[in-house]
Amino acid sequence: MNRETKFFLASAAACLLLATAAGCGGNKSGDAAGKAAGARTVIQNKGSDTMVNIAQAWAEAYKKAEPAVEIEVSGGGSGVGIAALSKGAVDIANSSRNMKAKEVEDAKKNTGKEPREFIVGYDALAIFVHKDNPLNEISMEQIARIYEEGGDITKWSDLGVKLPGGQDEIVRVSRQSSSGTYEFLREHVLKNKDFRLGSRDLNGSKEVVELVANTAGAIGYSGMGYATPGVKMLRVSEKAGAPGVAPTLESAKNKTYPISRSLQMYTLGEPQGAVKKYIDWILSDAGQAIVEQSGYVSIPANMRTK
Amino acid sequence: MIKDEPGLRSCEEKPGINPCPVRRNRSAWATSGEKVIELIIRTSGVSAIFFVLAIFFFVFREAAPVLFSGSFKLGQFLTSVEWYPTSAVNVRYGTLALIVGTFSVTILAMLIAVPFGLGVAVFISEFCKPKTRESLKIIIELLAAIPSVVWGFIGLTVMSRLLVKYAGAEVGVNVLNGAIILALMSIPIIVSIGEDALKAVPDSYREAGLAMGATRWQLLYRVLIPAAKNGLLAAVLLGIGRAVGETMAVLMATGHAVHIPTGVLDSVRTLTANIAAELGEAPVGSDHYRVLFLTGVLLFVITFVVNLTADLVIRGIKKSNR
Repeated sequence: MNRETKFFLASAAACLLLATAAGCGGNKSGDAAGKAAGARTVIQNKGSDTMVNIAQAWAEAYKKAEPAVEIEVSGGGSGVGIAALSKGAVDIANSSRNMKAKEVEDAKKNTGKEPREFIVGYDALAIFVHKDNPLNEISMEQIARIYEEGGDITKWSDLGVKLPGGQDEIVRVSRQSSSGTYEFLREHVLKNKDFRLGSRDLNGSKEVVELVANTAGAIGYSGMGYATPGVKMLRVSEKAGAPGVAPTLESAKNKTYPISRSLQMYTLGEPQGAVKKYIDWILSDAGQAIVEQSGYVSIPANMRTK
Repeated sequence: MIKDEPGLRSCEEKPGINPCPVRRNRSAWATSGEKVIELIIRTSGVSAIFFVLAIFFFVFREAAPVLFSGSFKLGQFLTSVEWYPTSAVNVRYGTLALIVGTFSVTILAMLIAVPFGLGVAVFISEFCKPKTRESLKIIIELLAAIPSVVWGFIGLTVMSRLLVKYAGAEVGVNVLNGAIILALMSIPIIVSIGEDALKAVPDSYREAGLAMGATRWQLLYRVLIPAAKNGLLAAVLLGIGRAVGETMAVLMATGHAVHIPTGVLDSVRTLTANIAAELGEAPVGSDHYRVLFLTGVLLFVITFVVNLTADLVIRGIKKSNR
C-alpha cells in the first residue's frame, strides 16, 4: 500500500463515520416528526412471493383510495411472512399455503393472539415447460414421479416426448424451502414426500419462469400469474388417462384444475382500525378486481369472508 | 505485509529524497496530543480483534445447542449429501454437497481470476503508458463498484443464455456461470493489490536488472515477481476470500441445486447461498436455524484454514529466501 492509498482509506473511513453519525441523527428526528404529526399510518405486509405482485398492486391502488395509509410490501416466501407475523414484526402476513398448527401455536405463544385467516384470492399452480417442448399434458402422478425423492421419471422420453434440441434429461426447477408454492406442491402432489435433491431451487416465481424460458429441457412450477411468452403451461390431469385441464381463471374458480389453491392473508387476532379497513377493501369489488388484473382468480361475492 | 516489503526504508536512510524534520523540544500539549492519538489508534487495532472474536462467539453460541445435543451427528453433517432441513418425514442435515459446491465454484473462479488479475497487475505496473494505465485502473475500479446482486442478475439472465448457446450447457446457471461472475468480482481486488505490491519494489532493483542486461521479461520473472511475492500472494488470498464469502451473486448464478457436480456445467449450491436462502424462514431457536449457524461456523473454519495455509506458505517463502 502506498501513501496515497492509505490517505484515501483514512479519508474514506472518516467520511463513513461522519455519514453514519449524520444518518443516525436524521433517523431520530424523522421518528420524532412522525410521532408528532401522527397522521401517517403504516401497515407492514410481508410473505409469499407468489402474492408479492398482487400485494404491491393492492398497496398502490389503496394509496389512491386512502392516501393517509402507507402499505409496505415485501416478499421472501410464505414461511418468512408467517415467521415475521408470529414475532409481531408485521401487521399482515401473505401466504400461499395454510398456516401449520405449530406456526399457529408459536404465534399464540409469542404474542398471545390467535392468527386470523382471510382468503383473498385463488391461484392455479401452473406447471411450466419451455415453449418449444412438444409435451402438452401431464398427470399429477407424473409430476410426483419427476419431483419426489426416489422418483423414476428423469428423461423426457419417459414421458413419451422428444425435444427438438435432442436433449433428453429433465431439468427440474424448484423453489427454495421457504416458499409456500414449494410446500403446496410437496403436500398436494408429492403427498408429503421429500423433493429429490439436485433440482435447481430458485428464489422466486419470476426466476423459475425465466430459467424455464431459457432452458430447453426444463420443467418448473409457480403461480399462473407469472406466465410469459417464453414458457408453456401444461394441462394437468388428476390421474393418468383422465382428460387434462388447462390452468385458467375459470378452471381454478370451479376447482376442475387439480392443483388450485387459495391465497390468504393472516393477521394477529381480529384486525383493528386501519388494518381491518384495508382487508375489507381487499375483499371488496375494487380489491378483487385487482386480483383478476394480476392474473389470479378472485373470490365470488357470496364466498367472501368478512 | 507492509513492513516486510523491501524498499520501505526509514527516512534516515534516504536523507536526500525525503528530509527528516528537525527534532526540537516539543510542548507538553504536543506530547499529550500524540499520546491521545496513539491511544485511539491502539483502541482501533485491539477492537478489530475484539470484534472478530465477538462475531465468532455469537455465531458459535447460536450453533452450540444443536452441536452438543444428542440427536445431532457431526459425521452426518460433514459427510452426507442429503440436505433436507424441512422434510415432513425425515429431517437430515448433510452439507457435503454444499462444501463441494463452494470449493468447486471458488477453485474454478480462481483459475480464471488469478492469471488474468495478476497479468493485468503486471501490465499496469510495468508495461503500459501512463494514459492507458489510468484508464485501465478506472475501468477496473468500476468493476469493483457493481453491487453483487447486479452481478447475480447478469449471471441469471445474460450469461446463462450465452452458456446455453455457446458452451452447450443444459442449464445456464451452473458452476461455470458462478465462477465467471466470481472471477469478474475478485479481479479488481487482485489487480489493485497486486499492482501495489509490484510498485513497492524499489526502482533500484529495476535499474540494477537493466544494467546487467536483462530483458523486460527476465526482469519481471527473475526480479520483480520474486521481490513482490508476498504482496502478490496476499492479492490472490483476498481474491479467494471474496469468492468464498460471496453470497448473492452465487445464489442467483449457480442454480442452487444440492448435489455434487460432475462437470463445470452442473448446477451446485454453496454454503453461503444456502444460508441466505434459508435463514429467513427458519424459526428462531429451531434445529434448522441452529444448523444454519453451524454452517456459518464451518465457513469460519474454512477461511481460517485457507488463511493459515497461506501464512505458512509465506513463511516458507521467507525462509527459503534467507
